[in-house]
Amino acid sequence: MATAVKQRSDVILDYIRPRKKFPSVWCAGCGNGIVMSALIRAIEKAGYSKDGIAMLSGIGCSSRMPIYFDVSALHTTHGRALGFATGVKFARPELKVIVITGDGDALAIGGNHFIHACRRNIDITAILLNNYIYGMTGGQGSPTTPSEAFSTTTPYGNVEKHFEPCDLAAAAGATFVGRTTVYHAPQMEKLLGDAMAHRGFSLVEVVSNCHTYFGRLNRQGDAVSMINHFKEQSVPVAKSRKMSPEELEGKIVTGKLHEVDKTEFCDEYQRVVDAVQGRN
Amino acid sequence: MGALLEKIKIPHDRFEMRLSGSGGQGMILAAVIMGEAIGIGGKKNVVQSQSYGPEARGGASKSDVVVSPNEIFYPKAMRLDLLLAMTQESLDSYYPDLKEDGVLIVDDVLVTDFPTDKYYGLPFTRLAREEAGHVMVANVIALAAIAELTGIVDREALTNAVLNRAPRGTADKNKKAIEIGFREAARLKEKKG
Amino acid sequence: MPDKKRVLMQGNHACVAGAIYAGMRFYAGYPITPSTEVAEGCARRLPEIGGRFIQMEDEIGSIAAVIGASVAGLKSMTATSGPGYSLMVENIGYAYMTETPCVIINVQRGGPSTGLPTKVSQSDTMQARWGTHGDYTAIAVAPSSVAETVTETIRAFNLSERFRTPVTLLLDEVIGHMREIITLPEPGECEVVERVKPTCPPEQFIPFEMTESLVNPMPAYGEGYRNVITGLTHDTMGFTTNKPVEIAPKLDKLRNKIMRHVDEITRLRTEFIDDAEILFISYGSVARAAFQAAKIAREAGAKVGAIQLQSIWPFPDKELMELCARCRKVIVGELNMGQVAIEVERVLPRDTEVHTLLRYDGEILTPMQLLEKLDEVL
Repeated sequence: MATAVKQRSDVILDYIRPRKKFPSVWCAGCGNGIVMSALIRAIEKAGYSKDGIAMLSGIGCSSRMPIYFDVSALHTTHGRALGFATGVKFARPELKVIVITGDGDALAIGGNHFIHACRRNIDITAILLNNYIYGMTGGQGSPTTPSEAFSTTTPYGNVEKHFEPCDLAAAAGATFVGRTTVYHAPQMEKLLGDAMAHRGFSLVEVVSNCHTYFGRLNRQGDAVSMINHFKEQSVPVAKSRKMSPEELEGKIVTGKLHEVDKTEFCDEYQRVVDAVQGRN
Repeated sequence: MGALLEKIKIPHDRFEMRLSGSGGQGMILAAVIMGEAIGIGGKKNVVQSQSYGPEARGGASKSDVVVSPNEIFYPKAMRLDLLLAMTQESLDSYYPDLKEDGVLIVDDVLVTDFPTDKYYGLPFTRLAREEAGHVMVANVIALAAIAELTGIVDREALTNAVLNRAPRGTADKNKKAIEIGFREAARLKEKKG
Repeated sequence: MPDKKRVLMQGNHACVAGAIYAGMRFYAGYPITPSTEVAEGCARRLPEIGGRFIQMEDEIGSIAAVIGASVAGLKSMTATSGPGYSLMVENIGYAYMTETPCVIINVQRGGPSTGLPTKVSQSDTMQARWGTHGDYTAIAVAPSSVAETVTETIRAFNLSERFRTPVTLLLDEVIGHMREIITLPEPGECEVVERVKPTCPPEQFIPFEMTESLVNPMPAYGEGYRNVITGLTHDTMGFTTNKPVEIAPKLDKLRNKIMRHVDEITRLRTEFIDDAEILFISYGSVARAAFQAAKIAREAGAKVGAIQLQSIWPFPDKELMELCARCRKVIVGELNMGQVAIEVERVLPRDTEVHTLLRYDGEILTPMQLLEKLDEVL
């Protein structure tokens, strides 16, 4: 067992930016680290070269992740990572482009870029760390904050409805959509691997814990109890198909939710380039 | 008025024309064609500019072409040497910009109220519809008439410029339009003596 | 050698021609009058030469994609007008901070807000300088003709690559939409500056090192350097910093890498200025009216000249002071409420009278209006 643990940490260290100063900005117990290690394992398993990866993010807790990764990293402006990523991917289609985003970053300020990246089906993997709240700025309500939940800007309970990121992505044209939680680390690794292998726009929503704000304001306890709660709430997608809407109320459906085969944006553009140049 | 303004003279090294009508009559395209006909093969400088409203069809439309052997500083017309007015509205709007001995060319079917009797009138739109086969080439008939009446550009250069811009399958209609324009303008010139 | 081919070209299309000449291979944009012909030209031309065109969902996404393509190694640009430029400014600030070259074309129309989509204006002059928040030094160039639009677009890319900074090309509706007979430069005729890439091994690469030139080599993504780029204030490694001793030097770098070379960035055109006692100062389409007015005034015996600012930012303090040293009066003409006039007043000595002729009704200033103003101040 000791050997196995050592190997695993070696893999992790291999993908961490060597000259970056630690500790990270994340709170102890934050789910972001679990996502980062699952992503490293998925990349390692797929055998992508570090030089061939561009990792982008916007602003927020999870968006700090690319800075710690030993890959080409673009930590951009709030909500705009998918716009930047579209430029990176389209300019250099041979790169594996990964976007790390949060519920506020992707769905509030970046909502327009999110749906259009889905619509274009550009070959980008977006990993949306959904912790139902703005963590970095201190616990304000986000587009995924559930109705009646508390945050510093919904001190009497949230009066708004929330987005379902996976439904939104599938409806907008994303060709791979999956969901998991930070409890389900092996499933997450597999899902991230499948998403990166998929040619087209892929979204993986990872339900994560912000015990510092969401947990505290909503009396959900510490990191461990929140993550345990994710475990209890989760239903694998196959099982969920046999359940009624009433039974699914409050559940987190995990696994690959949606996958279709459609032409990818850069491929389509290249087809046009070839046709135009062939004509001349 | 101060001392300077009394002494200034409008530059004499420029030929300024304005093609005007309503949106959709092809006045901007006509000005582009005229600019290319004069400028590409020759040695003169040409500036073409326009102003238009947001609507793609209807509304007043004008386009200016300034020609000079020297560098053209101000790109828009100052005092028109030639005004083409395809509608009453455009004639009323721009006639005051035409200099005293400037050339006025109008569509004399669409224009009924003339501010002067010194003008060349041809039924461009009717000629286009009834003789050339399509109302859209009225602007080309007008260009040919301008060429014949002013000598600003020769027939070959104009024909090349028109055909270069003509949509596929319209070459014959456009050639016909050029022929009509030159013919009718020559007849008019003869009549006026 | 045969004469070069003469073409009647629109300002907006000249911009496309200049950009492609300069090596631009990536365009992202959102349609907006009066700049749309730039996008249309790029959509048609770029696939022919293996370049890339994308119409984004808005101007924010457009400039984001442009910056993304630039860090991936392509010379990239976007084109817009006032409302779109307003949406872009946050990410233009990101390009300043991350020292990412890119070119933004602003074909100006009247504002504020939706304003006058089809009418001319020069009211984004100050926005090109101060549009985004924070401290930085901007470069903006402003051609006055279709031919100059070709050469100044090339120069905008060259300055952008040389100084690793976004450059704004300020056109106005008149220059963008008018057509002039021009000849396009042959390959090799105009200088084209290529991006300097690092030659050291990745482990020795310091992305934002304080070198003598203050401008660092820039690798493209995928070339093995795996550097981090962030809009947060960063140290020489590109890592975020909150240390005062690292923050101020970074901001000094953004300013000094440009301000040490103002002389090389500044470009002015002068006409009839020998022995001139009064000078017109203008840029963009108004400069054309000013040259015309000066010519007419000279023929009438008045000692009048005209200066065109082909580059506006950084403001040409020294050159203007020298050119105006012997004149008693200047007349600043512009299509706004006096955005450059403020700078001229700041620069010229107190005993030089600074008069203004400002128009903001959607129309261009005419030579006659400038002559009337001249007559008034003579």
